[in-house]
Amino acid sequence: MDRLVFLLGTGLARGAVLALFALALVLIWRGARVVNFAQGAMAVVSTYVAFEVTSLTGSYWLGLLAALLAGGLLGFAVERGVMRFASPVSPLSGVILAIGLVMVLQSALGIVFGPDYRPMRVPFDDTAIVVGGVPLLSPYDLFVLVVAVVVMAALAVLFRWTSLGLQMRAAAFAPEVSRLLGVRVSRTVTVGWVLSSVVGSLAALLLVPTSLGLNPHATDSLFVLGFTVAVVGGLDSPVGALVGGVVVGVAMSLVTGYLGAGLVPIAVLVLLVLVLLLRPAGLFAAAEARRA
Amino acid sequence: MTGRQRLPGQRPLLRTLLVAAGWTVVALAGTFALDPFRNYQLALVAAYLCATAGLTVLVGATGQLSLGHAALMAVGGYGFALTTNALPFGGIPAFVLALLAGVLASAVVGLLLGLAAARLSGPYLAGLTLAVVVALPAVASTWSTVLHGDQGVQIPFEGVPDGLRRVVALEQWQAMVAVLVTAAVVTSLTVLRGGRFGLRMLAVRDDEVAARLSGIPAGRVKVLAFTASSAAAGVGGAVLCFVAQAVSPGAYTVGFSLLLVVAVVIGGLGSILGAALGSVVIVLLPWLIGRLTSNLPADAAQRLDGNLAVLVFGLLLITVMAVAPHGLHGALVARRRRTTPDVPRPTAEPAPRKVLVPTEEQR
Amino acid sequence: MSQRSRSVALIATTALVAAGLAACSTPEPSPGISEDTVTVGTHTPLTGPAAAGYSSISAATKAYFDYVNDNGGINGRSIEYIVKDDGYNPATTSTVVRELVQEDEVFAVINGLGTPTHSAVVDYLNENDVPDLFVASGSPKWDQPGTFPNTFAYNANYIVEAKALATYAQETWPDKTFCVLGQDDDFGTDFTTGLVQVLGADGLASTQTYSVSVQDVVAQIGAMQAAGCEVNFLATVNGFTALALGTAAKMKYGAQWVSSSSGGDYPTLVGYLGEDVAPLLLQGFVSSNYLPFSPDDEWVTLFQEINDQYNDGAPFSGNTVYGMSVGYLFAQALAKAGDDPTRESLLDALEVGALTGNGIVPLGFSKDSHAAFEGVGITVVDEGVQDYVDGQIYTTDAGNGPVEPYTGEAVALEGDGIPTA
Repeated sequence: MDRLVFLLGTGLARGAVLALFALALVLIWRGARVVNFAQGAMAVVSTYVAFEVTSLTGSYWLGLLAALLAGGLLGFAVERGVMRFASPVSPLSGVILAIGLVMVLQSALGIVFGPDYRPMRVPFDDTAIVVGGVPLLSPYDLFVLVVAVVVMAALAVLFRWTSLGLQMRAAAFAPEVSRLLGVRVSRTVTVGWVLSSVVGSLAALLLVPTSLGLNPHATDSLFVLGFTVAVVGGLDSPVGALVGGVVVGVAMSLVTGYLGAGLVPIAVLVLLVLVLLLRPAGLFAAAEARRA
Repeated sequence: MTGRQRLPGQRPLLRTLLVAAGWTVVALAGTFALDPFRNYQLALVAAYLCATAGLTVLVGATGQLSLGHAALMAVGGYGFALTTNALPFGGIPAFVLALLAGVLASAVVGLLLGLAAARLSGPYLAGLTLAVVVALPAVASTWSTVLHGDQGVQIPFEGVPDGLRRVVALEQWQAMVAVLVTAAVVTSLTVLRGGRFGLRMLAVRDDEVAARLSGIPAGRVKVLAFTASSAAAGVGGAVLCFVAQAVSPGAYTVGFSLLLVVAVVIGGLGSILGAALGSVVIVLLPWLIGRLTSNLPADAAQRLDGNLAVLVFGLLLITVMAVAPHGLHGALVARRRRTTPDVPRPTAEPAPRKVLVPTEEQR
Repeated sequence: MSQRSRSVALIATTALVAAGLAACSTPEPSPGISEDTVTVGTHTPLTGPAAAGYSSISAATKAYFDYVNDNGGINGRSIEYIVKDDGYNPATTSTVVRELVQEDEVFAVINGLGTPTHSAVVDYLNENDVPDLFVASGSPKWDQPGTFPNTFAYNANYIVEAKALATYAQETWPDKTFCVLGQDDDFGTDFTTGLVQVLGADGLASTQTYSVSVQDVVAQIGAMQAAGCEVNFLATVNGFTALALGTAAKMKYGAQWVSSSSGGDYPTLVGYLGEDVAPLLLQGFVSSNYLPFSPDDEWVTLFQEINDQYNDGAPFSGNTVYGMSVGYLFAQALAKAGDDPTRESLLDALEVGALTGNGIVPLGFSKDSHAAFEGVGITVVDEGVQDYVDGQIYTTDAGNGPVEPYTGEAVALEGDGIPTA
């Protein structure tokens, strides 16, 4: 029983980060109908910015701020500089451009910073709070959970109640009609990219200190897991990303704890196949579609 | 244009076979002129071509992008290696049997993936196939009694057959085998795409609903296309295993899978000649860059080695998609069209309906 | 032009280009030895996810060779060292090693790194009679003189290490609960096999594994904590040693850690954990080693000087010592191979047992054994300094032979660290 509680707690903390990253994928999908395969590589670039700024100034928060700014700029640059070449009728060209971007960003980071892992610190106590002999979440895990929930809530407000959010939704669902109705579609698409890149960077920033450390490939598995989460929840659904994140995070933790770490990638694949075959649009897509 | 009237996308069988035979003879003759390392590189190009030709047919004819062809090559490689080790005899009969086993294994896995793929559109399928490649090392270590984990499966060294030992060196022999096998794969794919099945694939790609209304079983066409493409990739893996005498998960990474996509895109999506050009580029470019960086100071060389090739491939991918979506082959065709006087220059290029759809001219 | 004549033209052009390429390549008879140079090469990961930590080894070897070359070389020949990046990908290893042998025409391949990667070329090197020296991996596979006559190991193999560490642990903490965390490949399995040899089939209370693709060991460490493990053996690479210790600290789980040399290099672990917390987390950390590593050792002093002068003062770690020790051993083999070395005379020098190396235990090379180190010493970290425990050196074999204490001396430094015939 103790073991189960422990594994659930661990899974929840991982799931929050996965949910944030999946949310970044959902944002671009809603905004531009592109699955951004370069999301992980872009986020790792921002994390290097955070690392450098924190090393220079000694402040975690300045590093975080710089990374979010860098993430936004990168999102803007990628949309204007690379993704505008994507063909509007073929979903493949966006995927291929993003793959090119992954190769460019990761190899450039490798050339500049080398392959070594760099340790990242957090401004919180990251030792777990022990309850009844079972180590549960650490203050840092709680910080991650709070950040994830706040970001999700903020985005929900943006999409539901602000004019910009409504324009973004409209532009994504019916670009031509929206354009005729006076929505500046290209601007809303850019905003989507910037937002998504900021959220993705945040997810990587929260994750890297709990893993091996910062390396050009630090987000490779985050992308695969984040994609799985987005598919499980439905690429169109921010709520789905949150629930999907928790589901995948907890499932991973249970598989590792009871079956062995080596089985995690296989479990992810099985989950992905099952969801895609049984409910290709994700667990939450139908509800969303009815509401839309 | 010569030949009888035919539907777009169809081509006469005889011409395909003649062209294939011509290329094969050139490649086989070429092995005599190359030194051992060049022959090894030729064998690599041939093995990669099996996979890229399969991939380009899949993308060009059905619009499905697979990021998992490295894993399918690995399946072919494992099938080949395990069968070779299980057979009590060696030589050419063992090679043929092992090759067939490799193809069968990859076709079965491809069929299963294809069943899922038939229901998925572009990015979903790309993500699913990516997860397949990511899971490969885990599969190898979970069933390590058979697949031997990271270590992979080694096969016994097999030299040149006795009758030929005086005439050809080992690397040349391997290159010749690779070329012959690849020729068979590429020819089959060309014939497949040039025939009725090719037309069905195009119909499904261009408008699935219309295709269904005309009585084409769209789902089955997609599944079959994915299976054929997987089988081709499996042959590539088997040939690679034959050349390197080993197969291991570390050789079939996400990075390698993306490299196959690079080859297909820079060659020109949907073009088999483009896939061949692309395969040459992904074999030669890292080698050329390695030669260039070897003269740099050790520190710079360490940073640039490997990374620089990936950087160039990434830039190529973006540039090709942005500037010349039809790839190298497309650019060659366009150039020839401009410079050849006996072809009347079209007053305006007809806008392609889909950027990624190759024109008849390119294939 | 019709389609057919276009195809013909294209085929003909390709044939011409191929013929042109062929004319450029001219084979040379003598491999790697000239009047004043010896060319050798290696394959090692410099890029890709597995590159972290390893790239410093080949740089150190190269620095040592530069030092030798500046001091007159070996028998009047300077050593050229070609380092090829394989990204820890066996397919790339196949390609770059063929390139080394066929294009660069190296005399020998030395210190090829990694079990899966080197497995892909060991057949090829032996078929082509290329000396394949000092493989950088602890797999027992390289010690098969009958199957691979040209291949010689370097690292102490994982089973030997595990048996020595288990013996030390059993003597030091007889009543504690023992557990192991291992990588889910040959490294983890071989190491666990060695532990069981000494501790018995029920000697391990919990056996956990991790996969390099999942950078999270919370569940495994949690299981070890729940099982009441007090002494934990680690068959982990440096990154995962750091991850395991960091994770345990976060879970307020205090245990004694005993690591294989592959994941027990203090300076490298500090790089992962950060200089502020590393001395605290690593206090009392036990590992094994077979190369000179005491801070006041004469070899270490020499290597530090070479590192400053020829390696731009790169961070000095166990990998630096390792790389330079490999360089020293090759230089020694070359010196013993005669004034006009051939591949045969090089292998003979190794098999007659003429080499001493610079380890804390003697080298085991002979006609019947291609294993380098058949014993290891125990190291402990105390207040940020990793050093050998006096008198704790064990020798044993990879089978079920006994583990015996070794009382001989470590190999002393002679002259300026450049071997002579």
